[in-house]
Amino acid sequence: MNELLRVEQLRVRIETRERQVTALDLDHISLQKGEMLALVGETGSGKSLTASSILQLFPTAAARITGGRVLFNGTNLLEASPSVMNGIRGKEISMIFQDPMSSLNPVFRIGKVMLEIIRRYTGAGKKQAKQLAEESLKFVGLPDPSGIMRRYPHELSGGQRQRVAIAMAMVCKPKLLIADEPTTALDVTIQSQILYLINKLKEEEGMSVLFITHNLGIVSQMADRIAVMYAGSIVETGRTDEVFRFPRHPYTRLLLDAIPRLRERRDRLPVIAGTAVLKEAAGGQGCSFAGRCPRATKRCTAEKPQLRAVVSSHEIACFHPWEEER
Amino acid sequence: MNSNSLPAPLPPVIEETSAGRAYKLKEFILFLRVHKLAAIGLSIIVILLIIAVIGPLISPYPDDAYKAVHLENKLLPPSWAHLFGTDELGRDLLTRTIYGTRLSFQIGISVILLSILIGIPYGLISGYFGGWVDNVMMRVCEVFLSFPSMLLSISIVALLGPSLNNMMLSIALSWWPWFARLMRSEAVAIKERGFVEAAKSMGVHPLVIIFRHIWPNSLSVIIVQISMAFGSVILTAASLSFLGLGAQPPTPEWGLIISTGRAYFLTNWWYVTFPGVFILLTVMAFNFLGDGLRDYLDPKTRNS
Amino acid sequence: MIRFIIKRLLLGLFVLAGVSVITFTVARVVPSDPAARWVGPRANAEQIAAARIELGLDKPLPQQYITYMKGLFTGDWGTSIRTHQPVLRELLSFLPSSLELILAGMLIAVVIGIPLGVISAVKKDSWIDQLTRTFSVGGVSIPTFWLGLILQLVFFRQLSLFPLGERVSTNTSLLYPIDNWTGFYLLDSLLQGNFDFFKDAALHLVLPALTMAAYPLGLVIRMIRSSMIDVLGEEHIRVLKAYGIPAWRRVFVYGLKNALGPTATSLGLTFAYALTSTFLIEAVFSWPGLGMYASQAILANDYPVTMAITFLVTVTYILINLLVDVVVAMLDPRIKLYQNA
Repeated sequence: MNELLRVEQLRVRIETRERQVTALDLDHISLQKGEMLALVGETGSGKSLTASSILQLFPTAAARITGGRVLFNGTNLLEASPSVMNGIRGKEISMIFQDPMSSLNPVFRIGKVMLEIIRRYTGAGKKQAKQLAEESLKFVGLPDPSGIMRRYPHELSGGQRQRVAIAMAMVCKPKLLIADEPTTALDVTIQSQILYLINKLKEEEGMSVLFITHNLGIVSQMADRIAVMYAGSIVETGRTDEVFRFPRHPYTRLLLDAIPRLRERRDRLPVIAGTAVLKEAAGGQGCSFAGRCPRATKRCTAEKPQLRAVVSSHEIACFHPWEEER
Repeated sequence: MNSNSLPAPLPPVIEETSAGRAYKLKEFILFLRVHKLAAIGLSIIVILLIIAVIGPLISPYPDDAYKAVHLENKLLPPSWAHLFGTDELGRDLLTRTIYGTRLSFQIGISVILLSILIGIPYGLISGYFGGWVDNVMMRVCEVFLSFPSMLLSISIVALLGPSLNNMMLSIALSWWPWFARLMRSEAVAIKERGFVEAAKSMGVHPLVIIFRHIWPNSLSVIIVQISMAFGSVILTAASLSFLGLGAQPPTPEWGLIISTGRAYFLTNWWYVTFPGVFILLTVMAFNFLGDGLRDYLDPKTRNS
Repeated sequence: MIRFIIKRLLLGLFVLAGVSVITFTVARVVPSDPAARWVGPRANAEQIAAARIELGLDKPLPQQYITYMKGLFTGDWGTSIRTHQPVLRELLSFLPSSLELILAGMLIAVVIGIPLGVISAVKKDSWIDQLTRTFSVGGVSIPTFWLGLILQLVFFRQLSLFPLGERVSTNTSLLYPIDNWTGFYLLDSLLQGNFDFFKDAALHLVLPALTMAAYPLGLVIRMIRSSMIDVLGEEHIRVLKAYGIPAWRRVFVYGLKNALGPTATSLGLTFAYALTSTFLIEAVFSWPGLGMYASQAILANDYPVTMAITFLVTVTYILINLLVDVVVAMLDPRIKLYQNA
């Protein structure tokens, strides 16, 4: 079995004083060894929450996993003890975050955290750890690694910081790297360098990558497979080329249509009418896209479509998928 | 000490319609339900305030508040006749503590009023006019703020001579700069906003702008500061009286009662205990309320 | 850094000048006549007139002020009306005793306050947090003098664990005397290897120091709690979890350093507050220190001492604030002192 990660029936609730919502109701996603899966969706669709659930690190205390399984190499992480979980974080699964400005502690030198991670997992001596840290800083393309380690985060540029973050995430050679919108906060020129780096990790180190983004352009270039999320659920998943060539779910199709293309002349870009609403507010049943879907029928508002395979490795959750190519 | 916790300016006040008032009341009840400690604080304050107001009616021995002497009753431990015991002159300590509550609230209100009367116009003028006026006025404020308020009060009262009135004056003199500075930063912030700019461009008189627009909009911030200051003022007053710099015998002032009780407390524990509990309760209550209000009015923590 | 310190010291001089003008004016405006008190109640008019000239009170006010300022810088801080001793020498002899008390109190506040504040922040809104918050508000609300009395009732009268007051018992100072090197009893007795004295002095210090600690303790808990809540909500702490760094290290190593800056700032402010607390605490514990000396002087209308104390406290306040800013800059590399000076 080559499956590294499988997430099944994951449900996450967010409970605040004012309201409670099911923010995530995920059918399943899976990730093979050495593969890059892109998790795509608009803001608030639950892609970051999915990533957080895998490592169980939520940004707020209000989020709670209420069901499902996260299988990593066959073990369910949701049932793992906190100490086992801590042994997996950073060593087996690591993560790169969206905003390199806020993801590094401003009052510590870069080297401090890096050395702590290395020594924690490798038992290396001070000298050896320093060497490992410098190697990974060099790998991410930072000149003068030993100088960087003595710097504070605010002395580095955004791009440098994100490289540092990648170096920290990869320093223990994890099997799975979760990249949560790693380029969103960066300049376009730096974006491509960071993407190149992540691709290099996958190709040269054989890491599996769960790549979270709302940028379909990036996905089409890099990902082996794609999973499209809408309002906390997966609506379509399959091989990237296949989904791009033949998107079957109405939402995916509308999403792809919204990408501007060089060849075409259009006066204005198409938009998807309406806004995404989490299900609780809409009554709790039916397809969550039904309210905005041009193909919705009565059935769509009454019953929630399950993720099913239409052809091998191409799954959709829709009662009325498109049957012809774009 | 609260320079880094100043509440941010609020949106313009809701008009004083009945709907507006009802809305505010609802908001306030919600606030009390969320901030339980503030609700506790407010309840304690209300109870103490009632005790202060109807004090003479509920005191078991109103004559004991000041000059009575019943040597046959001296230094009796707490009993049903004297819940808090009696002092060295046989006076009922419960009565004196109740009258002390009355006095402390009077002190608190007078001092705060005086500080506000000085501080708020001062801050409004400084903030509204800006420029060199502001500069000079604020430097003066800083000199006052640059040494500990209690030392300032002690020095002033020492030079004026110890008495209740001088003590209140001295505490007010150490508190007004806080209100002035707060008011100034509010005035500066509100001045920049659209509705004030609009009023200015229509030629509205500065005084009208100040009192119609700036002052009501900074009310909430002032209220927080008052509730934080109130407890502190009462504490300072008790401390000064304890040192012999405030109320003079036979005034039933909490700090003074404790000060007199020092001579007897090792063998008569109740003498200093109960007045002190009242000081502690009062000051804590105001601090709870102030903390809660500040959290509530500070947008940074409002939605957490 | 050096430029910043110099700039701040100059600013401090400005404040000092302001304070000196205020105290000087107030001291001259008061109705009571210093010359009359200098010679005592039974003196005749001629003696008072002579004292007036001796004290320089016959000169015009601005000239008096200049003389006074000159004295401040040359170490002549006037003469006490009450004891007829040079004020500065008396102040310096009482200072170590008060500093020992203040530092002990601050130490207790920091050592207990930081862990409590951190726990409170980590367990935000739990019962332990509510309890700690109540405790912290209690700390800043409790009347210092009353706390001292209650501690005496419980620990001296009921439990006989600690002495009632004073810095050291008479027996000890007679049987195991120490030389006065620094004026800090604990330090002096340790340096001189006099452990009997050390033990006795330490026992005497416990209750006053606990009393002193109450206010700063409440403040430290509150500051640490609120800054820790901010810090723990930040991305970089969550990121550490993703790297597998255990919770206690995330909180106590990586979070705490971020929270210490604001706490240091408020602790600095507390130091000035502590100076005035000595007035009350030293009265309660018969602690022969600056506060006791000051309140005696104030009650006796000994204005040169009152002025000198106000001045000393202001100087301390300015220096402590400067120290705090330097410490905060050391804790947070983003703060560049010379930029915001």
